[in-house]
Amino acid sequence: MVNSSPNSTLLSADGTPLKKSLSRSLRQQKIRALLLISPLLIFILVAFIMPIVSMLSRSVENDLVSQTLPATVSAIQSWDALSGELPDELVYKAFAQDIQNAAKVKVHTKVALRLNYEKSGIASLFKKTARKAKKWDMETDGPFKEKLIKVHKGWGEVEVWQIIKTHSPRYTSGYFLNAIDMRKTAEGADFQPEDKTILIKLFQRTLVMSLIITFSCILLGYPVAWLLANLPMRQANLLMILVLLPFWTSLLVRTSAWKVMLQQQGVINDILVQLSLVSDDARLIMINNEIGTIVAMTHILLPFMILPMYSVMQTIPPSYLRAAKSLGATNWTAFWRVYFPQSIPGIGAGSILVFILAIGYYITPEIVGGTKGVFISNRIAYHILKSLNWGLAAALGTILLVAVLILYWTYDKIVGIDNVKLGG
Amino acid sequence: MNFTKTIMTTASAALISSAAFAGSHMSMEMTIVSWGGAYSASQLKAYHEPYSAKTGVTILNDDSSSTAVAQLRAMNEANNITWDVVDVEAAPAMQLCDEGLALEIDPDTMLAPAPDGTPASEDFGDMLVSECFIPQIVYSTTFGYRTDLVGDNPPDSVCAVFDTKTYPGKRSLFSVPINQMEWALLCDGVAKSDIYDVLATEEGQDRALAKLDTIKGDVIWVSSGSDTPQLLADGEVIMGATYNGRLFSLIEEQKQPVAMIWDGQVMDLDGWIIPAGLSPERQARALDYIMFATDTQRLADQAKYISYGPARASSAPLVGKHADLGIDMAPHMPTAPENLSRAFLMNYDFWADYRDDLDAKFQAWLAK
Repeated sequence: MVNSSPNSTLLSADGTPLKKSLSRSLRQQKIRALLLISPLLIFILVAFIMPIVSMLSRSVENDLVSQTLPATVSAIQSWDALSGELPDELVYKAFAQDIQNAAKVKVHTKVALRLNYEKSGIASLFKKTARKAKKWDMETDGPFKEKLIKVHKGWGEVEVWQIIKTHSPRYTSGYFLNAIDMRKTAEGADFQPEDKTILIKLFQRTLVMSLIITFSCILLGYPVAWLLANLPMRQANLLMILVLLPFWTSLLVRTSAWKVMLQQQGVINDILVQLSLVSDDARLIMINNEIGTIVAMTHILLPFMILPMYSVMQTIPPSYLRAAKSLGATNWTAFWRVYFPQSIPGIGAGSILVFILAIGYYITPEIVGGTKGVFISNRIAYHILKSLNWGLAAALGTILLVAVLILYWTYDKIVGIDNVKLGG
Repeated sequence: MNFTKTIMTTASAALISSAAFAGSHMSMEMTIVSWGGAYSASQLKAYHEPYSAKTGVTILNDDSSSTAVAQLRAMNEANNITWDVVDVEAAPAMQLCDEGLALEIDPDTMLAPAPDGTPASEDFGDMLVSECFIPQIVYSTTFGYRTDLVGDNPPDSVCAVFDTKTYPGKRSLFSVPINQMEWALLCDGVAKSDIYDVLATEEGQDRALAKLDTIKGDVIWVSSGSDTPQLLADGEVIMGATYNGRLFSLIEEQKQPVAMIWDGQVMDLDGWIIPAGLSPERQARALDYIMFATDTQRLADQAKYISYGPARASSAPLVGKHADLGIDMAPHMPTAPENLSRAFLMNYDFWADYRDDLDAKFQAWLAK
């Protein structure tokens, strides 16, 4: 490399410059490697990345209104939504035409459902109007302003037209605003009325309870992992099976078992009453609330904490502790100053695993959480499966995803992701 | 356009089948979606088994009815509909019909007439709540209570749920506004006929929630129809709401010390829809199945296995005894005259408009 003049270029056996032939063979190796992983890559792309991206993009997409009511959307742009006056005949006529076309191909209910998220009653307003509008003659039956208001007095409300105008752009921030208990109005973003705010509370609850679950897992898991790493092989194996056994049992079975244990007429309360620790009419309420969720989820996620801790602790030589003690450290100092710092990467790995799993948990809170112990994911499931507000569900999911990424990033800044070890 | 297309496809299908198979041009396998559990079992006995025996069709079961609308929407977007006949409640059926996801049905040509020749449209009568909906059963959401926990003063009115003085103890309610809001207003003194007018106003909604506030601490909120029977059997609750068929099975089949309050039962319909956009062979098969499974005798047969009332007027006199227990089923139907007189009819249009809004309010109230 010192002498790089063309004359002294190193040549390979077939006469091409060595640099060129080297890079060619490297490229071939890369292509071969890429080909080898390509089935997995394509699979992840098609079955994982693409569906997620297409689902998340629903959180801003809003072409339903402009596609179903194209004439209205263009006519209403010149109307000042804040004037307090109804739009003019031109807009009404455009709307009558749009709803007639939409009714003929039965697409009016989709846009009705979409706008009904913004104001209750728009669904039936659209349906009723569409039924009537099918029979209208667009040329002779005007003026449509009076006609529409006669069909339903809703068309005489400025708010209905404001909603149509506010939600006419192809992309909307409306779903994200809804996801943080706000809404999009003609005047701009506004807070939801207080008796409808729930989602921020659920996000907070999800974060706080996931943290509590993570810490409970650390507290319960650390001694178990320590025993696993330090007991003689025979006992350690037995203990390992005990850790893994619940891991292999169905999630639903374990959650339902907690129901039997924790309910007011359940095993724990029965024992407490028999021991006269609790009187029969003051049985503890431990399920269908936060306690139920925390207990059941801590149990279910515990193996995810124990296993990374165990694999890290196994690599800590026991001689370090003996050395500390021989130098005069007490048991506690030896543990706290020598052993514990070396086990932190295991705690970190376990915590990330448990926390990220907990934050998206759905089925356990649904079964044992009652109303006080449900998570944001239960609300996402509701909007996907029941209310069919997929836009809002996508917005909630995006926020959850971003929250996890931010937490991961902060964790990396504070602890350092290199300090996380899943083993060896 | 569509019509010509259908004719052409049918013609070509006929041509192919007459040439190649010389048999029927209906598919020989179908997927039927229902609710699972005892309900699907009753359909298996009353409809699927006799239909398979008659035609040789293989019937696959899918227990996805509780999420049918979401799944049909997704299938429609993906243009790959894998279901042939779907069991849904009336409200989702209307929504599917409105969105064009369900096939429109002409009752008089596509459904069997009654044995005496009454056309299906008259035999089903008011039960035909949507152009796409083929009614099957009438069910109700109502309360059951523990007979051993109420002393010698068994409750007779739905308002016992709100009377924590006479009936102390937990009660279970569904964690959704539908039904709970109506019961609250009913027991706050609103006349049955005025309930939805009141509930449409802001004050009415607050009034319903205020009434529910009086028992909020005594309620276990449940999300599935199987929760309340379990809670009643464990003695976790003194009374609770669920579907009448679940309570029947708890009382008569499992012999638990539970009795029913028919008062204030909210009646609803359950039935079939056929997804729109099936291939002609599959659609023909689905229609053939529907014609068979909703005739007078078949609907009456289902009541042998589960205590839901057949949706045809002509089926009622044919309702007999339970297949295993041998008890008379007629008095256990929500449609039995004595039970019917105290029923409450759900307003589908109201909930289509207000469900999202009231659900947000209800969930916010629950979390308070």
